Amino acid sequence: MQPWKMPAHALKQLYLSREASVPEVVTGMFAHIKQTEPAVDAYLTLCEESAAAQAQAIQKRYDQGEDPGLLAGVPMAVKDNLCTRNIRTTCASRMLENFTPPYNAAAVEKILAEGAILLGKTNMDEFAMGSSTEYSYFKKTRNPWNPQRVPGGSSGGSAAAVAARTAVCALGSDTGGSVRQPASFCGVVGVKPTYGRFSRYGLIAYASSLDQVGVLSQDVEDCALLTKVLSGYDPRDTTSADEKTDDYLAGLNQSVRGLTLGIPKEYYREGIHPDVRKAVEDAIGQFQTLGAAVKEVSLPHTEDCLPVYYIIACAEASSNLGRYDGVQYGRRASGYRDLSDMILKSRSEGFGPEVQRRILLGTYVLSAGYYDAYYKKAQQVRTLLKQDFDEALSQCDCLLTPVSPVTAFAFGEKSGNPVEMYLTDIFTVSVNIAGLPALVVPGGQDASGMPCGIQLVGKPFGEAVLFKIAHAFEQSTPWHSLTPKEVAL
Amino acid sequence: MSGIAYETVIGLEVHVELSTLTKVFCGCPTEFGAEENTHCCPVCTGMPGALPVINKKAVEYAVLAGLATHCEINRYSKMDRKNYFYPDLPKAYQISQYDLPLCKSGFLEIETESGETKKIRLNRIHLEEDAGKLVHAPNHSGSLLDMNRCGVPLLEIVTEPDMRSAQEARSFLESIKKIMEYIQISDCKMEEGSMRCDVNLSVRPASSDALGIRTETKNLNSFRSITRVIESETARQVQLLEQGVPVVQATLHWDEDAGETSVLRLKEEAQDYRYFPDPDLAPIHVDDAWFAHIQSFLPELPEARRKRFIEQYKLPADAAALLTSDAALADYYEAAAETSQSNLTACHWITGELLRLLKEKEVTVSDSPIGPGALGQLIQFIDRGAISGSQAKEVFDIMASTGESPESIIRSRSLVQISDSGQLEEIAARVIQNNPKSVGDYLAGKEKAIGFLVGQMMKESKGKANPKLAGEILTRLMNPS
Repeated sequence: MQPWKMPAHALKQLYLSREASVPEVVTGMFAHIKQTEPAVDAYLTLCEESAAAQAQAIQKRYDQGEDPGLLAGVPMAVKDNLCTRNIRTTCASRMLENFTPPYNAAAVEKILAEGAILLGKTNMDEFAMGSSTEYSYFKKTRNPWNPQRVPGGSSGGSAAAVAARTAVCALGSDTGGSVRQPASFCGVVGVKPTYGRFSRYGLIAYASSLDQVGVLSQDVEDCALLTKVLSGYDPRDTTSADEKTDDYLAGLNQSVRGLTLGIPKEYYREGIHPDVRKAVEDAIGQFQTLGAAVKEVSLPHTEDCLPVYYIIACAEASSNLGRYDGVQYGRRASGYRDLSDMILKSRSEGFGPEVQRRILLGTYVLSAGYYDAYYKKAQQVRTLLKQDFDEALSQCDCLLTPVSPVTAFAFGEKSGNPVEMYLTDIFTVSVNIAGLPALVVPGGQDASGMPCGIQLVGKPFGEAVLFKIAHAFEQSTPWHSLTPKEVAL
Repeated sequence: MSGIAYETVIGLEVHVELSTLTKVFCGCPTEFGAEENTHCCPVCTGMPGALPVINKKAVEYAVLAGLATHCEINRYSKMDRKNYFYPDLPKAYQISQYDLPLCKSGFLEIETESGETKKIRLNRIHLEEDAGKLVHAPNHSGSLLDMNRCGVPLLEIVTEPDMRSAQEARSFLESIKKIMEYIQISDCKMEEGSMRCDVNLSVRPASSDALGIRTETKNLNSFRSITRVIESETARQVQLLEQGVPVVQATLHWDEDAGETSVLRLKEEAQDYRYFPDPDLAPIHVDDAWFAHIQSFLPELPEARRKRFIEQYKLPADAAALLTSDAALADYYEAAAETSQSNLTACHWITGELLRLLKEKEVTVSDSPIGPGALGQLIQFIDRGAISGSQAKEVFDIMASTGESPESIIRSRSLVQISDSGQLEEIAARVIQNNPKSVGDYLAGKEKAIGFLVGQMMKESKGKANPKLAGEILTRLMNPS
């Protein structure tokens, strides 16, 4: 038995029934990591010592007959843009190579409070800007299903770790699809909740009005469990929602009969890979078999999503990343003439090309004389996009869409052409713009055996419905139980 | 010299630190003078991942400032980011307000040199955060950053170009300071930097209505500097115009020691701050209930109080102005007037003896060694004629140094004045008998002699005789009708 490869809910049962102990699982997990990590490179930092100490402490509480929490003894990975106290947090940037926060992000606090074991910090695109994790300053993470392919991004490290079972589940962040697209590429479940559902406190900002912490897991039940742990208002984040949270586990195993899935017609367009199209069509058929109705809906402003996203995200990023100037935060370059030269050199050396590209773009769209034409206009179109979703979701219980037009691509295939890379985000960014919850669940494989997810988009704070629908699909299809062959499991 | 008369046109941007207990976006204390970098946290130091949470008290203070200066309150407002790089700004943006300030279109009345009342219009009042403080090490060996001030709430009060002289600017600033103190939202201590000022200034021929090209002199922190900048910048600009050289629009720095300005940056170098709404902070909505709650904090303002003092207490205009120049002093007066039941005597003692005492002891009225109740009691003794004026001063001084009540001082030191006619008549009879020469002088028409005789009565009574009564009795006894 290799209990560290099980989902959290199953592992938890083993602990409660004394069929496994936390130290044994954590030791087993690190052995597996050491074996697998050279091929995957999902982690930037591993915390073996502190994880072992945590494991002892949690086991002690189990031994005393306690239930130490919803995630007690579950080995988890955390994306390296979530602050971890006394553990280096780099955003995969040279800029923050030596940044060690004195505090934990709210999401980290919450999983630790429920007894999760922190295995380490995962690789990502620098400052969460990218769709392949190739923009990490430190290393490339490989897709566990095929080492020639990217894991997706920006939460590529977290997705790859869950797929390779080098983490039971993981935290990521999603600004334009950064949890969902790598979940699809790596064949795992990923959720980006409604904007405001989880606290952003301690999540190093890329684009504040779009960023949400997200979850990557082996199955829908774990995803619901983590969402339960992470939900709720945080007075330290005034954009977090003071909305009641649901018991996301309660609706699992319920029938989807009578529910209606909306299919946005604008999403089934040219440019979608036939294998992806087939996966979505198969999913539609499967839902019909399960008794759900399917209905065509329209999102007429779909074409505007990418420009709106890149204007808003880059504008906010250009401001959020201003603090990395080598004075208080960020790597300070050497050999500068004066203050402005120091800032210039530090930022030129510390930021990689994609981050620099987005800062330049964002600075431009906020500049005097351009603000109205770009940023203000983008905000106006954002309102229209939200209205599209409101209208479409008023006709159904959730939307069913592809996640990305393609499955995991090869290294270097798109990194040379930023616009082509941006285009792969088309189905995910719209959800962040509208602030809606969305979940990705494995839905098939392409001809080469690479996984392909499907995306369900829900109504605001309607995560519970998504878990119910996704769970019904997952339990009636084989996809989530497949694991990569390329990685020794 | 062309002989053209020039007019100076001045607009001010005043920064006032709010006296909230905690900072504007985090729970750190705002207290001045703490050890460097001890009043800070991930939020005010702009730590990656930290998020701001707006201090409602700071919003209330800003609204209160607007209400006190006849502003319209934007019930729907928002915070914006002002982006620029400077080492004292750890986030590289200042959270401020751009196009929806909390308060707009207000005014204040000031008194001009000629004694007329003049309206100075306020363009806006907005809420923002202060930056940190750079401490430059000697010999250019480096600069250090103290982040205690990062995130201290600031109001920026922007006037229209309505002032025409240094005196008017000063009068405006004094008025702002007085109002801020009245509504208790800032202590406006220029020496601690809790009130600072930028001066926008241009000159034009007195006959012209068009505005000249202006300069902005930044960050002045004393009335003296402000006056000097206005004078020196006016002279400089007039000289340029006289020479036919156009004034160049620029931001200036004032060197207090050299007594001159230098150019910080020219208009073309003006920074583009790339303002945009701060996505970390929800818009501010001051709903009816909150607005009413803030309104309930608004006290009577200096102008209204001054008018009331003249009307209700029948005080002379200058005394009313003096007493209402400071809310604590006005409160003191009202309490003392009530205890003493004598509005004018209380006014006289407070504007005279009390202010002298406070100045001498270098304390504020709130820390006065003599409370308004005690002073009121002393005034009662005076008005009753129980003690003489000179005795009262003596009692006042003892009160100031010992804190004893006037009653106990008067009793323990047997200061009570003899106002009993029978007792005084006895003394007077003795004095008349013992001083036949002076009596003779008096009867011969030397009015002054009565003074000597009163003096004798004071001596006989060990200073306790009521001098006014003593004089009357002597006159009566020497002039039997």
